[in-house]
Amino acid sequence: MITLAAEGEINPLVPHTAEIIVGFIAFTLLFLVLRSKVVPMFERAFTARTEAIQGGIEKAERAQREAQAALAEYQSQLSSARGEAQVIRESARVEGAALLEQMRAKAQEEAARITAAASAAIEAERTAAVASLRNEVGALAIELANRIVGESLDDHARQSRVVDRFLDELESQKK
Amino acid sequence: MIRLAEGEGFKPPSAVDFNLPPIFGDNPFTTKPIFLVFFSVILISLFFILASRKAAIVPSKLQFAGESVYSFVRNDLAKDVIGHEFMRFVPYLFTLFTFILVNNIFGIVPMLQFPTMSRVSFPYVLAIITFFVFHYVGVRKQGAFKYIKEIMFMPGVPKAAYILITPLELLTFFLVRPLTLSLRLFANMFAGHLLLLVFILGGEHLLEGVIGLKLISPFAFSIGIVLTFFEFMVQCLQAYIFTLLAALYIAGALADEH
Repeated sequence: MITLAAEGEINPLVPHTAEIIVGFIAFTLLFLVLRSKVVPMFERAFTARTEAIQGGIEKAERAQREAQAALAEYQSQLSSARGEAQVIRESARVEGAALLEQMRAKAQEEAARITAAASAAIEAERTAAVASLRNEVGALAIELANRIVGESLDDHARQSRVVDRFLDELESQKK
Repeated sequence: MIRLAEGEGFKPPSAVDFNLPPIFGDNPFTTKPIFLVFFSVILISLFFILASRKAAIVPSKLQFAGESVYSFVRNDLAKDVIGHEFMRFVPYLFTLFTFILVNNIFGIVPMLQFPTMSRVSFPYVLAIITFFVFHYVGVRKQGAFKYIKEIMFMPGVPKAAYILITPLELLTFFLVRPLTLSLRLFANMFAGHLLLLVFILGGEHLLEGVIGLKLISPFAFSIGIVLTFFEFMVQCLQAYIFTLLAALYIAGALADEH
């Protein structure tokens, strides 16, 4: 201090060699450390952060797109299933109606056939009954008349004439 | 302070107070400013290495603190001033800013209390490096001939005006810029520290005086404290200004026309 003061006025604008050298070394050292160790790490953090945010957004967007696609697919599937069901229902209805019609026709036919057969049978029975009845009644009546009237009526033609007349009388009486 | 104890009466602090003697013998590499400069390098390196080591997406408090400083230099200084090529200059500007800031703040850190940048050699070094950086960038970008031509003959100026403008431009680019850059920083730190010395050493000297002077001493000390806060602002501001100007010079050298 005293020696320096003894040198007199000190110009603060005059640099010192030692300080110049140290300044360069220190600054270069700091620059190298910060450039190699610090800046890349901070940049990495920044990049990672940006990517994380962007990745999150992209992920959300992708999920939304997928959900929308799935929804559209479901909807189209649903509507196609609905259409299909409609077609099936329609065809079933048509088929059912046809089947019903067929069955009905068949049943009617059957009924008609049964009715016809029955009426034919009835008619035959009636005819047979009438015929047998006529024969028997005729024979009985003639026998009765023979007995009562004593009149021989062995001529067949006369017999049947008499019987017919008798029956006609019976019928008209019945009326 | 030693000087005060030795001397008779109060000697106002002067440039002599900035010329600290070597701590070990006559070795000029062992002065306080030199130790402080190395200390700042270790401090800054350690802090930022620890802060950036994990580089996590969700930062810890330490990483957040480091990132805040880094992204201030990266985005508000480099990116905004230089534009799309800024990333190349981020390490340099980041070093510049932290180096100046920490060395300035040493001026008000208890026990250290010496702004290294009040030693003119260090601002000179920084200005020389900046000078070479921005001229190198300009030459690389535009070619030596075109770069010098653009400096000497600014486009869009009447021919006759070159008589005046060309010497001025040359002076600006090769002398005024590095000189103002270094002297602004040096002078601010020098004057600020001198001001603090005046009030604090003055307050101390008043305490040694008669009773009336003892009573004034607290005022001197309180002004010293207020000025310390003021100094903190100036120290941050000067680090910012130096880095901003360096970025501006680089941006100017990169631009095709300035």
